[in-house]
Amino acid sequence: MTVKVSMSVNGKPVSGEVEERTLLVSFIRETLRLTGTHVGCDTAQCGACTVVMDGRAVKSCNMLAMQAEGAELVTIEGIAEPDGTLHPMQEAFRQHHGLQCGFCTPGMVISAIDLLKNTPNPTEREIREQLDGNLCRCTGYHNIVKAIAAAAQTGGGVLRR
Amino acid sequence: MSATNFIGQSVKRKEDYRFLTGEGTYTDDVVLPRQTHACFVRSPHAHAKIRKIAKDKALKAPGVVAIFTGEDIAAAKVGGLPCGWLITDVNGAPMKEPPHPVLAQGKVRYVGDHVAVVIAESIEQARDAADLLETDYEVLPAVVNASVARAQGAPVLHDIAPDNTCYVWGIGDKAAVDKAFASAHHVTTLEFVNNRLIPNAIEPRAANAQYSRSDESYTLYVANQNPHVERLLMTAFVLGLPEHKVRVVAPDVGGGFGSKIYLYAEDVVLTWAAKQVNRPVKWTAERAESFQSDAHGRDHVTRAELALDREGRFLGMRVMTTANVGAYLSTFASCVPTILYATLLAGQYTTPLIYCEVTAVFTNTAPVDAYRGAGRPEATYVVERLVETAAREMNLEPAEIRRRNFIRQFPYQTPVALQYDTGNYEATLAEAIQAADVAGFPGRKAEAAKRGKLRGLGYACYIEACGIAPSNIAGSLGARAGLFEAGEVRVHPTGKVTVFTGSHSHGQGHETTFAQVVASRLGIAVEDVDIVHGDTGKVLFGMGTYGSRSIAVGGTAIVKALDKIVAKGRKIAAHLLEASEADIEFTDGVFRVAGTDKQAPFAQVSLAAYVPHNYPLDKLEPGLNENAFYDPTNFTFPAGSYVCEVEVDPETGSTQIVNFTAVDDFGKIINPMIVEGQVHGGLVQGIGQALTEACVYDTDSGQLVTGSMQDYCVPRADDVPSFRIGTKETPCTHNPLGVKGCGEAGAIGSPAALINALTDALGVRDLEMPATPQRVWRAANKKAA
Amino acid sequence: MYSFKYQLAKSVADASAFVAKNSDAKLLAGGQSLIATMKLRLSQPSDLVDLGALAELRGIKVAGNTVTIGAMTRHAEVAASAEVKKAIPALASLAWSIGDRQVRNMGTIGGSVAHNDPAADYPSAVLALDATVTTNKRKIAADQFFKGMYETALEPGEIITSVSFPCPKRAAYMKFKNPASRYAIVGVFVADTGKAVRVAVTGAAPCVFRVAEMEKALSAKFAPESVASIAVPEKGLNSDLHAKADYRAHLITVMAKRAVAAAL
Ligand SMILES: Cc1cc2nc3c(=O)[nH]c(=O)nc-3n(C[C@H](O)[C@H](O)[C@H](O)COP(=O)(O)OP(=O)(O)OC[C@H]3O[C@@H](n4cnc5c(N)ncnc54)[C@H](O)[C@@H]3O)c2cc1C
Ligand code: FES
Ligand code: FES
Repeated sequence: MTVKVSMSVNGKPVSGEVEERTLLVSFIRETLRLTGTHVGCDTAQCGACTVVMDGRAVKSCNMLAMQAEGAELVTIEGIAEPDGTLHPMQEAFRQHHGLQCGFCTPGMVISAIDLLKNTPNPTEREIREQLDGNLCRCTGYHNIVKAIAAAAQTGGGVLRR
Repeated sequence: MSATNFIGQSVKRKEDYRFLTGEGTYTDDVVLPRQTHACFVRSPHAHAKIRKIAKDKALKAPGVVAIFTGEDIAAAKVGGLPCGWLITDVNGAPMKEPPHPVLAQGKVRYVGDHVAVVIAESIEQARDAADLLETDYEVLPAVVNASVARAQGAPVLHDIAPDNTCYVWGIGDKAAVDKAFASAHHVTTLEFVNNRLIPNAIEPRAANAQYSRSDESYTLYVANQNPHVERLLMTAFVLGLPEHKVRVVAPDVGGGFGSKIYLYAEDVVLTWAAKQVNRPVKWTAERAESFQSDAHGRDHVTRAELALDREGRFLGMRVMTTANVGAYLSTFASCVPTILYATLLAGQYTTPLIYCEVTAVFTNTAPVDAYRGAGRPEATYVVERLVETAAREMNLEPAEIRRRNFIRQFPYQTPVALQYDTGNYEATLAEAIQAADVAGFPGRKAEAAKRGKLRGLGYACYIEACGIAPSNIAGSLGARAGLFEAGEVRVHPTGKVTVFTGSHSHGQGHETTFAQVVASRLGIAVEDVDIVHGDTGKVLFGMGTYGSRSIAVGGTAIVKALDKIVAKGRKIAAHLLEASEADIEFTDGVFRVAGTDKQAPFAQVSLAAYVPHNYPLDKLEPGLNENAFYDPTNFTFPAGSYVCEVEVDPETGSTQIVNFTAVDDFGKIINPMIVEGQVHGGLVQGIGQALTEACVYDTDSGQLVTGSMQDYCVPRADDVPSFRIGTKETPCTHNPLGVKGCGEAGAIGSPAALINALTDALGVRDLEMPATPQRVWRAANKKAA
Repeated sequence: MYSFKYQLAKSVADASAFVAKNSDAKLLAGGQSLIATMKLRLSQPSDLVDLGALAELRGIKVAGNTVTIGAMTRHAEVAASAEVKKAIPALASLAWSIGDRQVRNMGTIGGSVAHNDPAADYPSAVLALDATVTTNKRKIAADQFFKGMYETALEPGEIITSVSFPCPKRAAYMKFKNPASRYAIVGVFVADTGKAVRVAVTGAAPCVFRVAEMEKALSAKFAPESVASIAVPEKGLNSDLHAKADYRAHLITVMAKRAVAAAL
């Protein structure tokens, strides 16, 4: 009934014995107790669960933990510097008030980093269009868009790991 | 400006670091030792009798701890969910209040109604077992539409309301209004639907209930906007538990918008079950459950008329509304379509006579309650659609007709019970017109036409009543609770401060805004102030956060407590400085003897209070800690002017908002950055209502058609524009901060502005919300629906 | 989600044999459709056979006049591929229009084509470009592949290994998105192969289909006005909350017109 799954999360090797039906997000939240990755929906639409897997942003609610076997994952807990200094994208969200309740924020920040990685100098239209995998109910997106545009100038598209 | 005045400054938020790094603690992040997991079995039918529930198979499933149904709840004498506001019918009878059981008693009344709870070791096991629960239903005909529910022969939900009517309520002098209409030069009439919405805070509702046998106490972690109210309702009305034995903690909460105000069945069942299984019981809604069982918003059908004289002056307004309250009365369901709605129908205008009648109706749908704006968006929609339409019909500029009717003398008593203390409507309108470059609109419209696109421009000038509410007024109108707020200021010996507030922050940034207020008043740094909220075990009392009340009511309670701190500090300083108390001044964090250079900084005074060696112990208690309860003397009246410009592709029906300008008057602004953020968020929720969001039930089966984000469109970033925001500050006259509140404004003013713009672009009289591409295409091409 | 047994496929042959033998077993590609339905307990496979480790199913090759895309190639890879952008830009932009960035990082062309969701994008490209679906058993022409709603010519245990697209002279895809799900309410792929014009429509009906009348008109003259007055009959088109059949029929014409304009 259970299987062993191993991967690297935020630079550290981790493993766990899980039911085969365990979603990656449950493995992260419940087995690893990294609760910064959130679950906001059951149809893979809100993006609150977004993590980086082998360099690309994915929705951890819509895949099995086993699909990440051997992969390198970065969750929101692995975005800032080890000393706690915020990543430029996190800092931009803070400076531009790109978050309110904070629930969408981890997924939004990770998705935004991925966005800049693929489109280093986006226009406002491009930012808006490419945020289509993430929902925010609080900010009206205005300041998120501003934050991402600003982070494009400060290295917001580069992951430390 | 003094170095310690933080009012009006965009201080970066204290709460951001934890949210940005994943260190926030939301309810689902709370893991309690030995916790179990609950799965609610919900009704698949809109209306059915429960013939039988067989637990045996499900009980044998792996990991099952317990299963409870309505029978268990009834046997334990668990009460039903109360409604917090009594509305009296036009005929003098109290509204019909059918029982609202936490687990169905023999009958289910909407898809998603609570039938049973399965508690197991893991959530997947609970779900597996829930599938094995055998429930035998006798399906009954269902009704989801409020007008249909009132018709002869419609299915009846509750025996005590044979016509499915909860109440018929009225406000205003009907005869006088009818007379005004009879002699009017022009009457504008509109009939429309204010669409039903599903709140969809991105954090789903969640709760984790713990019972401790050792002291017979309970702790409930719950995603909620007002933990003290939750506790009060649960202990006093539903479970009969001793209030002091129940602690309710609302930790970080991922958005509420109204939907997390209420006491829900799940919260009660979990708390009760935690004792039965003697282990913590945890539940987090799946999004599908949120769609089915979070309280929905709006759902009105309205016929509205405006009577005007030859010059376009408003003579009277007559509004008949049918409000769908769903299958049961949710906590504040009854006051939203009445008190929070009809009293706002004067808008910003001098309309001398208003009559409004509201019929509240039960249907086989989820309960409907307050959703961002709560009644006030509905009222603004009525007023501003009427006004814009009247302007078009009378060939007046929409801005001009508004100017002709603006209230200019304050205080102003409306014909619908409210007294506006202050306002400056002309100022926000003028600035909005400027910022939106209304003058350049004809040129832009012509340019768009060359590209085959239709441009339109629409206004909305809204008003809202916030700072809810003076308890005595609310009480006389039927409120069953007080609506004050409480605060406590705890000054530590070193002069650092912890403030406990009954307001709750679930995105509003109180930890920062409130700290700015405290720091400014005490003349200390913002970093030296921490705000604690959301825990009945820590905060003295609270009515919570909704109705844009936090800064106006919660903030004022803190200011009152601060006044007491400063007063006591003055006494201590007088002693320390060997001066008379009357000579002590307090500015910039320093107590001074007027006209001398003798002074004692705040931290020296606080230290003296806790190390009272040189201290007037005969006259003064040691310590520096004060409480205050503040009950407002009036509502506050934020108001503003919105201008929306749209461009429609008539071939596909797609609408693009090319410009949205919002100029609001929130009175004094503490943190402009946060206020603008609140406006942005509100605007997008209002735009969502007008353009993309609709909760749809199947009229035959009562099934929820829009039961997931695949069918219910929560706006995404590319559905909305960046905004042009402006503010005017006309301070509120009756609270010490001069603040009015800003949380709901955007959602209140934007739907009317948008539909006014769209009807202008399309050259049609009306357009139903949400104006989806299909609807717009039909309107643009005169196609039948 | 119901429980199931999970295995990582070691070879296409093994995976095929296992799924052929176990009728309730299912192949797992990106999981963006399959996991989503399993989470809602709408699908209950006994086993999942994960194709994720089969390197031979991944990659994009351009040889002569044909672009061949391995079944396990992600939508994002197709969207970003310089080769695809050069050879069939319409295909890259179609891949870019699927779902959202995160979904594109997981979802695969093989999964999309095998799933044949009535509102999926890829099937329109496969059909309009007259692509060939290659499986571990055979080659299937596009016209023979899509059989109905969620139905294809695939037999039990048959695995798509790649899809080969002949390069057209010009082509374009226009998608009118469902505002909520962002799948196609109507998507029209127009391809001019030089010899013939093919028009495939997705989202509008239970299964992707071609519009002969438009193809004929465009073969005579490849210009937007050729299709402007050709209306697909409403009968047989999907009708739902977001778009009734008449609106869908209208959108087919509009999207076809715009696709032709974009291809020019
Ligand atoms: C939020 C969201 C939005 C989306 N929006 C769109 C959209 O706009 N347009 C669109 O087209 N799609 C959309 N999708 C679906 C997405 O494109 C999926 O990736 C795709 O439909 C399936 O690919 P997959 O690799 O994820 O397959 P899976 O989900 O793993 O599998 C799908 C089915 O195909 C079978 N299968 C998989 N690979 C093979 C193979 N090689 N041979 C035979 N059978 C196989 C599986 O057994 C399964 O039955 C969306 C999905 C999500 C979650
Ligand atoms: S939780 Fe993953 S997309 Fe919503
Ligand atoms: S900040 Fe609350 S959902 Fe985005």
